[in-house]
Amino acid sequence: MPQAIADIIRLDGAEKHFGAVRALGGVDFHVGPGECVGLVGHNGAGKSTLMHMVSGTLVPDSGTIGVHGNAEANYSVSRAQQLGIRCVFQELSLCPNLSVAENTRINHASLTGFGWRRKAAELITAKLDEIFPDHGISAWDIVGDLSIGRRQMVEVARAFTVTQDRLDLVILDEPTSSLDAHTSGQLLAFVRRFVGSGKSCILISHVLGEVLRNADRVVVMRDGKVVAADAASAFDRDRLVTAMGGAEGHHRSEAETAKAEAGPLRVRARPARQEDGKELMARAGEIIGLAGLAGHGQTDLLLAIFAAASRARTGMEVTAPVALVAGDRQSDGIFPQWSIAQNIGIRSLARLRNGLLISPQREAALAGFWQKKIGIRTPDMNHNIFSLSGGNQQKALFARALGSDAEIVLMDDPMRGVDIGTKLEVYDLVREEARKGRTFLWYTTETEELDNCDHVYVFKNGRIVANLGRDELTEEKIIQSSFGDAA
Amino acid sequence: MTSVKSLLAKPWIWSFVGALLVWLATIGFTGGYGAGGMVTAALSLAVFTVIVGVGQMFVITLGPGNVDLSLPANIGLASAVAMKVMGGSDSMIIVGLLAAIACGAAIGAVNYLLIWALRIPPIIATLSASFIIQSVDISYGRGLQIKPPPGFADFANWQILGIPVLAMLTVLFTIGAAIALQRMIYGRSVLAIGQNIRAAWLAGVNVGRIRFLTYTLSGALGGIDGALLAGYFRGANVDIGNEYLLASIAVVVIGGTSVAGGKANVPGVWGAALFLVLLLTMLNTFGVSAGVRLLLTGLIIVGVITAAGGEKALR
Repeated sequence: MPQAIADIIRLDGAEKHFGAVRALGGVDFHVGPGECVGLVGHNGAGKSTLMHMVSGTLVPDSGTIGVHGNAEANYSVSRAQQLGIRCVFQELSLCPNLSVAENTRINHASLTGFGWRRKAAELITAKLDEIFPDHGISAWDIVGDLSIGRRQMVEVARAFTVTQDRLDLVILDEPTSSLDAHTSGQLLAFVRRFVGSGKSCILISHVLGEVLRNADRVVVMRDGKVVAADAASAFDRDRLVTAMGGAEGHHRSEAETAKAEAGPLRVRARPARQEDGKELMARAGEIIGLAGLAGHGQTDLLLAIFAAASRARTGMEVTAPVALVAGDRQSDGIFPQWSIAQNIGIRSLARLRNGLLISPQREAALAGFWQKKIGIRTPDMNHNIFSLSGGNQQKALFARALGSDAEIVLMDDPMRGVDIGTKLEVYDLVREEARKGRTFLWYTTETEELDNCDHVYVFKNGRIVANLGRDELTEEKIIQSSFGDAA
Repeated sequence: MTSVKSLLAKPWIWSFVGALLVWLATIGFTGGYGAGGMVTAALSLAVFTVIVGVGQMFVITLGPGNVDLSLPANIGLASAVAMKVMGGSDSMIIVGLLAAIACGAAIGAVNYLLIWALRIPPIIATLSASFIIQSVDISYGRGLQIKPPPGFADFANWQILGIPVLAMLTVLFTIGAAIALQRMIYGRSVLAIGQNIRAAWLAGVNVGRIRFLTYTLSGALGGIDGALLAGYFRGANVDIGNEYLLASIAVVVIGGTSVAGGKANVPGVWGAALFLVLLLTMLNTFGVSAGVRLLLTGLIIVGVITAAGGEKALR
């Protein structure tokens, strides 16, 4: 590519080590004006580290950074902000105790004086309207009260707001991981418009189709290095997966669709706001999908089922022990002070006892078994849970649920920000466990994942609006049910 | 060398280092006179702080906002209940002790009931409970000093080779508490709730029951502490527990337990209790006035917490 116009950012030979771990081993990376660069790779491939350098939160051990054609010796977050580079990180960074407008003010120091709240509110509302029409978010909502999907929408919209600083490049790290198909589409369409106006984006996503359809150029990372970089049109899904290494292209065997006849009833649940007689039924050995737009009562129903397992509730019948795999890891899953092994063992303490005391040997054995089985990448299960990458933390949460005595496993959109290799491993594991008789209730915002389900309930406004069998399951059908009045 | 290093990494080591330094400073000042007696006295007094400190530690470990402010009133009432039930007779000692524990446990249970049923923050619930308890105590004990049975007073002051027997028993009790914290389902559950109450619930921890047990345990420990104090000081009175409001919280914090919850340790409670008692002794020995003594105590506690709390936050 000719260098007629200066790149917005260019890194040459960037290296980064964390202790003995090499996170980046000499990476060359650049983004030109008016292009959307897709960045893909497994968890731990170095994508996040590279993006931290681009946004100024990490300084490379060696290598150079240039912005708009000038070398930057003291590059930092505030410098990046001045130079028009913003980042939406995967771990949401809004302050939960502040309103949407107040969170917006944090990034815009120029909103001062009387009425700054109103100015910030107008700024963010305009941007939300532009990106996500009919978003239903008020600028005065406290962020902690919003669903994770809406928090992500605010986070994304905030990155695109402009006051005094210029805006040339926005890094979107897994921007659609908590969004449903409809809002994801809105966001990606906006990204194309943004890029069309001469600005640039870096799009990191584990949903490969999303990258292939929206990026102009795709960069593939693996083990801290760039292993492939080419125009998006030169890639297809298989080539991307091969370049990333690991999991092969995935094809479902049709034989699996033939299911053994219904086992005993495990869960019967009616959503609180259901007015007609529809209810969710799950039997032993079934994988049941919960679909629909994000935040339409799927998580609420899972939590109600979880609560019903320990205390009887009207309209609910739960006949076996329950475990839940959280999707919102930080607030619903992880115990930050604890080791990986302790985080896995907490659901199974009663079985880890030897007499009155918890046996460290049994705890280690449980953790070791699941480390092998589910492939948690760590030298030592006694390390703190945060020593793991996001995808591996999620695996630990799966191990917690699958290693327990639970016959019913509730999954609350657990694959957010998890790479494709991990996903395929977990899908196989889920199907294997289902064959052994476990029941899975699986809420997901990724339509592809519903292929793993025996049948799917579509939710709208806290109610079940459709119950689709495997053979009638298509993305169009789900979206149609999500928007229609009834199926 | 590595063992020294791993020892220095323990959050509780600093409280013992502090206690040792204060002790050395004092005997340096007196030219070595009274070194042994000081340790004996420190052990005798530290026991009472340790017992309520352990209860407070479990409560604080439940997470931000959890604290038992009813301990002083609880101690006062339990001391009166114990002395009345014992009625000066050696044969009633055990019954009196059980009555004190029951009284404390009931207070703890009521505390949690207020927190749970009325959804009051623990700090308010336990504080308002303590006013009620205090009124009950005043009308129940009528402000009179009630003497312990001679056998009980002797037991509370009993020493073997200069080591108070009560201190030895308390060491055994704290070993038990440390095991409960690290190796039993109860302790793991407390630590889980303190780190993330929602995640704990979703991981199958019976949050309500564990919190109930913890407040009840703290109350029961306050109760037994009241009875022992009355025995040691040869009489119950309403104000006997007053100093344990701040002391019980201070030993937990100085001992390296996280005020944010989810991280606790028992040895630190011992180190911190010894440190506080020795600190007072030192300042008395130096002959500083009461005002300066309080000032220095405050400053030193701040200093110790800053030094001990210097570890880096996780992400």
